[in-house]
Amino acid sequence: MLEEAQVQTLARLARIAVEPAELPVLAAQLSRILTLVEAMEAVDTSGVEPLAHPLEPVPRRRPDTVTEIDQREQFAAIAPAMAEGHYLVPRVIE
Amino acid sequence: MPRWQPVIGLEIHVQLSTESKIFSGASTAFGAEPNSQACAVDLGLPGVLPVLNERAVALAIRFGLAIGASIAERSVFARKNYFYPDLPKGYQISQYAEPIVNHGRLCLTLPSGEEKEIRILRAHLEEDAGKSVHDLFPGQSGIDLNRAGTPLLEVVTEPDLSSAAEAVQYMRTLHTLVRFIGICDGNMQEGSFRCDANVSVKPADSPTLGTRAEIKNLNSFRFVERAINHEIERQIELLESGGKVVQETRLYDPDRDETRSMRSKEDAHDYRYFPDPDLLPIVISADEIAAARAALPELPQQREARYLREFGLNREEAEALSSELPVAEYFEALAAQCGDARQAANWVSGEVFAALNRDALPFSEIRVSSGRLAGLLTRIQDQTVSNSMAKQVFEAMWQGPEDADAIIEARGLRQVTDSGEIEALVDAVISENPDQVAQFRAGKDKVFGFFVGQVMKRSKGKANPQTVNDLVVSKLKT
Amino acid sequence: MSRQDYPSTVAGLSAGLARGEFSSRELVAHCLARIRRQDAALNSFIMVIEDRAFAAADAADARRRAGEAGPLTGIPYANKDIFCTKGVRTTCASRMLDNFIAPYDATVVSRLAEAGMVMVGKTNMDEFAMGSSNETSYYGPCRNPWGVTRVPGGSSGGSASAVAARLVPFATGTDTGGSIRLPAAYCGISGLKPTYGRVSRYGMVAFASSLDQAGPMALTAEDLALTLNAMCGVDARDGTSADVPAEDFSRSLAEPLTGLRIGLPREFFDASLSPAIAAPLQAAIRVLEQLGARCMEVSLPTTRHAIPAYYIIASAECSSNLSRYDGVRFGHRCEAPRDLNDLYTRSRAEGFGAEVKRRILMGTYALSTGYYDAYYAKAQQLRRLIRDDFIRVFNEVDVILGPTAPTTAFGVGQKTADPVEMYLSDIYTTAVNLAGLPGLSVPAGFVDGLPVGLQMIGRHFDEATLLKVANRFQLETDWHQHAPTLKD
Repeated sequence: MLEEAQVQTLARLARIAVEPAELPVLAAQLSRILTLVEAMEAVDTSGVEPLAHPLEPVPRRRPDTVTEIDQREQFAAIAPAMAEGHYLVPRVIE
Repeated sequence: MPRWQPVIGLEIHVQLSTESKIFSGASTAFGAEPNSQACAVDLGLPGVLPVLNERAVALAIRFGLAIGASIAERSVFARKNYFYPDLPKGYQISQYAEPIVNHGRLCLTLPSGEEKEIRILRAHLEEDAGKSVHDLFPGQSGIDLNRAGTPLLEVVTEPDLSSAAEAVQYMRTLHTLVRFIGICDGNMQEGSFRCDANVSVKPADSPTLGTRAEIKNLNSFRFVERAINHEIERQIELLESGGKVVQETRLYDPDRDETRSMRSKEDAHDYRYFPDPDLLPIVISADEIAAARAALPELPQQREARYLREFGLNREEAEALSSELPVAEYFEALAAQCGDARQAANWVSGEVFAALNRDALPFSEIRVSSGRLAGLLTRIQDQTVSNSMAKQVFEAMWQGPEDADAIIEARGLRQVTDSGEIEALVDAVISENPDQVAQFRAGKDKVFGFFVGQVMKRSKGKANPQTVNDLVVSKLKT
Repeated sequence: MSRQDYPSTVAGLSAGLARGEFSSRELVAHCLARIRRQDAALNSFIMVIEDRAFAAADAADARRRAGEAGPLTGIPYANKDIFCTKGVRTTCASRMLDNFIAPYDATVVSRLAEAGMVMVGKTNMDEFAMGSSNETSYYGPCRNPWGVTRVPGGSSGGSASAVAARLVPFATGTDTGGSIRLPAAYCGISGLKPTYGRVSRYGMVAFASSLDQAGPMALTAEDLALTLNAMCGVDARDGTSADVPAEDFSRSLAEPLTGLRIGLPREFFDASLSPAIAAPLQAAIRVLEQLGARCMEVSLPTTRHAIPAYYIIASAECSSNLSRYDGVRFGHRCEAPRDLNDLYTRSRAEGFGAEVKRRILMGTYALSTGYYDAYYAKAQQLRRLIRDDFIRVFNEVDVILGPTAPTTAFGVGQKTADPVEMYLSDIYTTAVNLAGLPGLSVPAGFVDGLPVGLQMIGRHFDEATLLKVANRFQLETDWHQHAPTLKD
């Protein structure tokens, strides 16, 4: 079961603003989903290698050649905030 | 015996020399207009996918073999998840649990002459992040993603280094190696070779490691030494005044020569690593490793040892001639062609380096090929020219295309070995300088040089010095 | 010229165009008119693109006059709005991408354009393909043409609805846990989720990268084969696309089913399957047996854990895949952010809907320190067991057959209150994605006027057998020819 504080932590990690009023609802919904998911625990998977990908790896690599042209204008056209070729964000303090 | 023992491990980011990025076809060239080399994949636009650059893999394998490491048959890219404006996808693709290179070593020769082996835990492939600019826009940071996706090999040592000086030496040795095997241009100003240091101190007799701090942003050999020394002092002071070292990331500020805590990074991180589902594991065959092994050049340290052993060079010369592959290849070709390694070493580390320095040329733009230079050295050996004349010939060869013989002929620099001709000059000098003859005969041996010098001067340097010597001795003694 | 009796299938239209019975421009005009008339009730399109469609139709007609037309040249179709289209908005049915115009085409889109197909619009879907009912769309729910109070299924609900309503003969879909097959079943059309890697994922907005696969949605298996021919193939821009020899899926469609072995998993036909759904399936099995197939019971014991494993893996991958939506380089950005954290958290809170947020939070949880082994690693272990189960069964049979969904299309709003009940709609479909297998749904009957889907699962890269079985089935039955009655 997920506590509201845990949901708050997850929301912070995922950078999603959550209003305090939403927390109990979210905690209840996520807890309900966890109940469904926790059925997995019953299965004995000791010694089973996790499978990250459905097919056996087919190694494919690309040759080291420059194939991309400068599309800065097109990319700038869809950017919310840009100046002098830079994407803008509120000042980052180091 | 010092009371505190520093324990240092380094993580060095080696930028791999590729034309294109590790997962996209955008150029890696340095210094382009902001964001002009950030393609859709580098920007993390929706729907686009990473595809692995084969050369990045080849260079990682080459490095692994050069440090005697094992190359993983199967290695896996993982995602390191965190939000930062210079990280477009919200995750960095890096190798985590299964890196491509494991368990290598690098041998250092300490100033005492003693050798020390530094264990390299792993080296893994990853993509670089972009760059934030903080001083261009009021109240805002600007993000340039040209560097995002540049291939890096992160080389991680065990905590085997015990002083700042040793850390620097390790870094220099690694720097030489990666340039030598052609996987990195080593340009530290452009960020091609960057260092993070993990520093802790412990009582000298304690088997337990102290709490470590990670120092980031060490972009020159000088900063590494200063920052580590500073951090060691800070930790010792802290411990001696009853405080505790906190595990944290600190940033080195070269302007103030201090490290300070990076508060922005203190935010409890949970990187949630997991295998990147867009990238299948890298599978490397035994054939691929064998081919890379066969193509690996003899490494600087082995070459240096061989130069000491086979050619009788001193350590300084041997190091100078073995630390860059083109230099070593030039030297060895010259030695083979002229048949005298000693002479070849003198000329490369003398005239050749001096001429390159004077003209501010990189070795790749050397003006005299080893074959042409061997032609000149052969003429010294067969006494066609004297060593000092040969320097003039070399200068002419540097400036133009002619070979040594043509220059010697055209400028009449051929050495005079005819003893009759030289004898006449000796006789003339002796008869014109009776005072000096008297001094010599009175036992003032130093005057001998005067006679030789005068004869050489009259021959315009072309007389064979040995012949002159012999004749002066015999004439004066009779 | 105007006519109303255009053929409804891709194959029929292809023949009509080839015979010169109508031009692509006329056909496209007809489609656009139908969309204008019918789609207000269905909401199956997020956008309709008239100008470009006519330009592409004219180009197709010119190509035909030049004698360079292929079988798909000039045929109108719709793209699920998850495929990037250069110069046309790609929203993924999310406020986050409401203003997003991709500077590139998805590989699927460019391949269909090369084949001469004419895109008339982009279809509605669950936001970022997360949902089983098309109710999580930022642009409102899409409706089922068999009853507008019913959902079309999701996430490719708009594509299924548009094809079922005969607005377009073909539409693209994507399937991460059933998102092609479930809406195909609910809307009474045919839909194929190909083998993972068969179709390039380049330019397809990612939900869960190791599960996502694009596929065709149409009325018949014959049309699926024709369109899959154009969509599939290895792509240098997708390192996970499979380098398998090209094949013509139309060629083996008519082959007999004699000797074909069909497996009926005990777990799909147990007491939990509603008798109403079981009856048309049993009838379908008899049809296939009459065609020469042999049916036998098989067992896939681990597939009962597919739903939990699927929700963990899909959520984990999506939590990471959706981190790029941060308001910096494209997409929704909140007004006047106070600082960097405010920019991130508010842009994402405003841009994503409730279901997307739930999955991101769930995935973040499953990957976080202390929970990774219990959730993510455990799910990946189950995934191996599930895949191995299938591989074992495929030693004995050529095709596995079962229901596509546990019910027919449910009512709009019926399952929105409880995410878990919604998730259970995918109980028969998610295992196929976990194992990377091809799966196909065809209409097999009706219950209370709503279509029932029959699911076939094949070996890796054996779409040809699935298409053959589906085609032979459709030659014997007419479920795929039933059209919903729509009010004008």
